[in-house]
Amino acid sequence: MSRDPTEAKRLRDLRREIQPELVTLERRLFLRSGLSLGALSLLSGCDLSTGTNGTLIDRTLWAMSRANDRVQAWLFDPNTLAPTYPASMIDKPFRFNAYYPPDNVPEIDEATWKLDVSGLVSDKTPWTLPRLRALPQESQITRHICIEGWSQIGQWSGVPLKSFLERVGADLTAKYVGFKCADRYYGSLDMPSALHPQTVLALDFGGEALPLEYGYPLRVRVPTKLGFKSPKHIVSVFVTNDYPGGYWEDQGYNWFSGI
Amino acid sequence: MSSSAAGPSRITVIHPLVVRVTHWINAVAVFCMLFSGWAIYNASPLFPFVFPKWATLGGWLGGALAWHFAAMWLFALNGLAYALYGLFARHFAKSFLPLSPGAVWRDATAALRLRLTHRIGQYNAVQRLAYLMAFLLGILLLASGLALWKPVQLQGLANLFGGYEWARRVHFLAMSGLVGFILLHLALVILVPRTFVAMITGRARVPVDPVETRP
Repeated sequence: MSRDPTEAKRLRDLRREIQPELVTLERRLFLRSGLSLGALSLLSGCDLSTGTNGTLIDRTLWAMSRANDRVQAWLFDPNTLAPTYPASMIDKPFRFNAYYPPDNVPEIDEATWKLDVSGLVSDKTPWTLPRLRALPQESQITRHICIEGWSQIGQWSGVPLKSFLERVGADLTAKYVGFKCADRYYGSLDMPSALHPQTVLALDFGGEALPLEYGYPLRVRVPTKLGFKSPKHIVSVFVTNDYPGGYWEDQGYNWFSGI
Repeated sequence: MSSSAAGPSRITVIHPLVVRVTHWINAVAVFCMLFSGWAIYNASPLFPFVFPKWATLGGWLGGALAWHFAAMWLFALNGLAYALYGLFARHFAKSFLPLSPGAVWRDATAALRLRLTHRIGQYNAVQRLAYLMAFLLGILLLASGLALWKPVQLQGLANLFGGYEWARRVHFLAMSGLVGFILLHLALVILVPRTFVAMITGRARVPVDPVETRP
């Protein structure tokens, strides 16, 4: 390592820049061995380095997860609302949850922040916060259920995604709505879930502008899906027929993850 | 527990093929459900303990969930096949009935005084109760599991358990009960190893003229 302070700073910056990729790469490698590792060590209890059995098991589990996507899409009723709760049941403090620790929350400059809109939409004009705030808002007190098992009740309010998609002239017959985030997280929803009346682009949490750690300045809130399907700090919305995947889904979490 | 080797006997089918096949498919499915379920539990423990790493399946939460949501189909569909067979081929009626609290008490006290004879091919009242409980726990695991998987789409079912958070506890409790059954089941198989062979071949030597209990 160089002792030259400018060189050291350059290396530090570089490291910070590749950190998210490193984390992603680690997780992916972990999954590839993860899906087969447990199985192989239990079924054979011996060599884990050969992938023949593991690949077959991984392929089977992956196929089952895709079949479960279809079962869940069939089970999903667009008119079934997630249960709502009184304000007295709101959980405080609310858990911080991300693929990084709280001090890595992305810094957002409100003055330059905008929401890009792309794909199968007629109006691709980027949105600013005041324009989003000017749209009709919906509020909900619903249960956030994490894929880890825990759940908490919170209050979110913002623009129903359906009315936003209608306003930008989105092709509502397209298959997917995708999101990209300031923290390099990304995700996607099936169109029926995106059009669900409780799916919102949330601007507020607990009656105040989204705090930094809960997705400032704009997040998705989908009370009919597991928590990881509601990306935070979003900077881009797109409508597409090409499967966009997601940060966790690409590593093995079930894509539909409806509840 | 001793077995009656004396007296006239014959070899007969005590476990029909459907029971044997569904038993072993169920053994694999339950193994996958338990070990992956414990890995899922570890991601957010309900109680102040976690399951040891060797008792988990899937390697990480995503892998464990993939196992759990794949094996659940095997567990449910195999269980359904067994239940249909049990009802329509009168397997349940023939093997598990009649069952009365008095008979359970009689056989339980006899077993505790080591005076209950194990007669292969016919279940005593304690066994009947244990198998019935295991079957009911399986149904409870399926129902509470469905409530956890779909607490919004199946909110009526989730509400039966008192909502999502209570369904988690019911699911855990039912799992604990089933594990208790499995431990007892395995202990008894070790005590009377012939029963293990019988669940594979389906056949066992049984006395021609069976006697209720022996001193």
